[in-house]
Amino acid sequence: MGSTGSKERAAVIGVGQTKYSSTRGDVSMAGLVREAAYRALEMAGRSWDDIDAVVIGKAPDFFEGVMMPEIYLAEALGCVGKPILRVHTAGSVGGSTALVATSLVQAGIHGTVLTLGFEKQSESNAMWALSLPSPFTTSINAGAGGYFSPIIRRYMEVTQAPELIGAMVALKDRQHALRNPYAHVQDPDLTFDKVVESPMLWDPIRFSETCPSSDGACALVLTNEAGGDAHDGPVAWVHGTAMRSEANNYGGRNVVSPQASEDCAADVFAQAGITNPRKEIDAVEMYVPFSWYEPMWLESLGFAEKGEGWKMVESGATHMDGGDLPVNCSGGVLSSNPIGASGMIRFAEAALQVMGEAGEHQVDGARRSFGHAYGGGAQYYAMWVVGADKP
Amino acid sequence: MRDVAVIASAQRQERSIDNESEVEFMVPLMQQVKESVGLTQQDIGFTCSGSSDFIAGQAFSFVMTIDGTGPVPPISESHVEMDGAWALYEAWVKLQMGEVDTALIYGYSKSSPGSLRDVLATQMDPYYVAPLWPDAFAIEALAARQMLEAGKVDHQRLAEIASRARTHAATNPHAVRRTEKSVEDIMGEAPMADPLRPSDISAAADGGCVVILAAGDRARELSDRPAWIRGIDHRTDAHTLGVRDLTQSMSARIAGEKAGVGDDKVDFAELYAPFTTSEYVLTEALGLGDDVVINPSGGALGAHTMMASGLIRIAEAAERISRGDGDRAVAHAGSGPVLQQNLVCVLEGE
Amino acid sequence: MGYNQDPSVPPAALSGAVSIPDALADLEPVRSVTTPLRMEYTATPGASLSKYLRAMKEKRIIGDVCPDTGMVFVPPRGVSPVSGKRTTETVDVADEGYIESFNITRIPIKGRDDLHPPYVSAWVVPDGSNTGSIALVAGDDLDLDDVRIGMRVKAVWKPDDELEESAANILHWEPTGEPDAEVPDMMRIGRPTDGGAQ
Repeated sequence: MGSTGSKERAAVIGVGQTKYSSTRGDVSMAGLVREAAYRALEMAGRSWDDIDAVVIGKAPDFFEGVMMPEIYLAEALGCVGKPILRVHTAGSVGGSTALVATSLVQAGIHGTVLTLGFEKQSESNAMWALSLPSPFTTSINAGAGGYFSPIIRRYMEVTQAPELIGAMVALKDRQHALRNPYAHVQDPDLTFDKVVESPMLWDPIRFSETCPSSDGACALVLTNEAGGDAHDGPVAWVHGTAMRSEANNYGGRNVVSPQASEDCAADVFAQAGITNPRKEIDAVEMYVPFSWYEPMWLESLGFAEKGEGWKMVESGATHMDGGDLPVNCSGGVLSSNPIGASGMIRFAEAALQVMGEAGEHQVDGARRSFGHAYGGGAQYYAMWVVGADKP
Repeated sequence: MRDVAVIASAQRQERSIDNESEVEFMVPLMQQVKESVGLTQQDIGFTCSGSSDFIAGQAFSFVMTIDGTGPVPPISESHVEMDGAWALYEAWVKLQMGEVDTALIYGYSKSSPGSLRDVLATQMDPYYVAPLWPDAFAIEALAARQMLEAGKVDHQRLAEIASRARTHAATNPHAVRRTEKSVEDIMGEAPMADPLRPSDISAAADGGCVVILAAGDRARELSDRPAWIRGIDHRTDAHTLGVRDLTQSMSARIAGEKAGVGDDKVDFAELYAPFTTSEYVLTEALGLGDDVVINPSGGALGAHTMMASGLIRIAEAAERISRGDGDRAVAHAGSGPVLQQNLVCVLEGE
Repeated sequence: MGYNQDPSVPPAALSGAVSIPDALADLEPVRSVTTPLRMEYTATPGASLSKYLRAMKEKRIIGDVCPDTGMVFVPPRGVSPVSGKRTTETVDVADEGYIESFNITRIPIKGRDDLHPPYVSAWVVPDGSNTGSIALVAGDDLDLDDVRIGMRVKAVWKPDDELEESAANILHWEPTGEPDAEVPDMMRIGRPTDGGAQ
């Protein structure tokens, strides 16, 4: 009976994803989650019998029109007789779901846990789900783009960033996506000019600077130190985990770089013993649903000085080809966006990098990587640092 | 495992709360609980909540409620789309890691704006079952019919459960069904979802519950008699009704065993039983004998606030332990059709 | 085993052929089913918002006051997120203010025929409030290129005989032509408390 509690080490030993696309009409929700889960189990060399618990996350239930779908998915997720937890923290949910699963291992409650995030937006009407009428307030926001556009505008004005930085990020992420066969958007003919000429939707956000809407699932198998040590295959060790939340509207709130984002990053890097993230992190998977969020997060998370994030983008520092801090080698949220899974994909892709399993989009010799997710009015954050070496 | 205890709680349940929004009625509860142990939000290591968008009729409904915690500066926080009891479980896990010593948990809902029994139909398999819109009462009635026909319970037994729950609820200021009713009168009620009678079915309420957990010495420092969590576990059954034996609960039995219910004498139990039939199944699954007082608060038959009722069971049990009304209690939470998912928590005094 | 690099290769457990009984072999498979979902909710605004809506009927905008910091929140939600306390006091704020930042929606929105792109949705901070909320900025001679951060705007109300208990009483906000407001801190939205609520 330890009186102060103790933290076990945790490791990722399996990653499974589905091919992201606008409609996975060939599978049910159960079929979709099983595809990701089996791939993760296969990579981990484990079977359902080895899984002690399942932690599942997804964005609002209204997206599929099923209340608490984990209840219906109990059999599909091999949970009968086992614990299943369902997390929902808005857009950051994929990340926080992975962190809750990690905490089950770190707390010593379970030895091996499967965690999964999914969204099958094609089965319902997401626009409807997001705009259920409230009779008390007027809404003139046209989706998330309408909400984030003024914040981006603010960033542009504060930093005096050149107007086409967002287009550079958009092109870079789609170029990265061509190296990831799971990515939804695959457009080998995309050029910088085409991004710039794409229709302005939520000025200053262009069509090509926004994320798609995808069906898809992502799963991880997490295990404890003994499981990680004994594992005959690639392992990503968890070096740090953090979650933060804050209110979305109060006087003097920094909306460009919210305090919760800065606190969360400071916490996760401190746990990982990282003092210079740009130097010590080899690959970054950050949640960038609108291209301008890349320079914004680079600053907020401490990869760049305030006002310097766009310069990193402009210099090519975040491009896989020649950059010293490759960001979103998978193509990121801009290339695949099954909302409830999008955060977990960031965490999974970070793990693949340090496992050396990222295939065509592998960063050579990546030893430590960073996964990031955010949600709500940029008010919910989940982050982790994973490494090839045991912490 | 690290010693973790419930050290404070507050709840509010009413038939319908029409003139306050969720966050408006939750803030006073959060404040009251924090003040009762002299903590501010910034003293609390982790915050976790449970609620449901389908009950609220609004996507991302929990985003409005987080403001009630006062999350400026930012807090370490998470949310489950489950009863607050599972939020408590997540917080308990967090406390096991030893990095924080206190946690604030809340669960809430207003089910009165919608038709709860119909909303719950959307929990069913979306391809095969939900298109038929079987409401929650009808589904439990299937289970009740099986129990009656298998001779596991009879109407008399169910009416006794209902009558006793009402008697207990009459002493609970938070209950919304507080009129006593005899077994005979209950047996005379016309069935509502045959074979279930109105008194077999929970009393829907709006409201919420807030709990504070603390670990080890911090709990002793903040409470005269913490209610220690000696075991906590949760499990699920299959969803497909046809593959389950609806007259018993495998998941509650496993959770009860893992939580150590049978390790020692149980003084009383607070069970999330939205139907009299659920109470029967749970007492069997958890092996609770006649000597155990069941639902001294009146349980969900006295007041049933979705997303909080499980957490309220833990809060009720903990409060009685802290008051010295007993030394060892079982608290239970459930979810899904015919209690597909079950959480069991064993609480003890020092 | 390594990560599956080829999404067209199914996991082994799912790669077996699905067998269909002979009797069903000629039937066309069902690709999808549509289940219409209809749920009705009788929503209530809560105490604070209902006060706000009643004030709206009188062409007044009210906000909540944080009991600890004095920060004013518009629209009121009955709680101060900076203190985690229930608000009890409300104050009137002006129906004039400034634009903190804005978006120009240039595409039509499904189901919103009332909004004609391109249109401006802006964070408007009314004078006397510490927070802004998103509102429509319009006007017959509004030049989109002229909309800017700091621009002064005022509410355009519905005609008096059409006023209801509704936030829709403000049709939109239009430029006043006054000199631009000084935006307290470009990284931050809303006036910090010590920046004064005026």
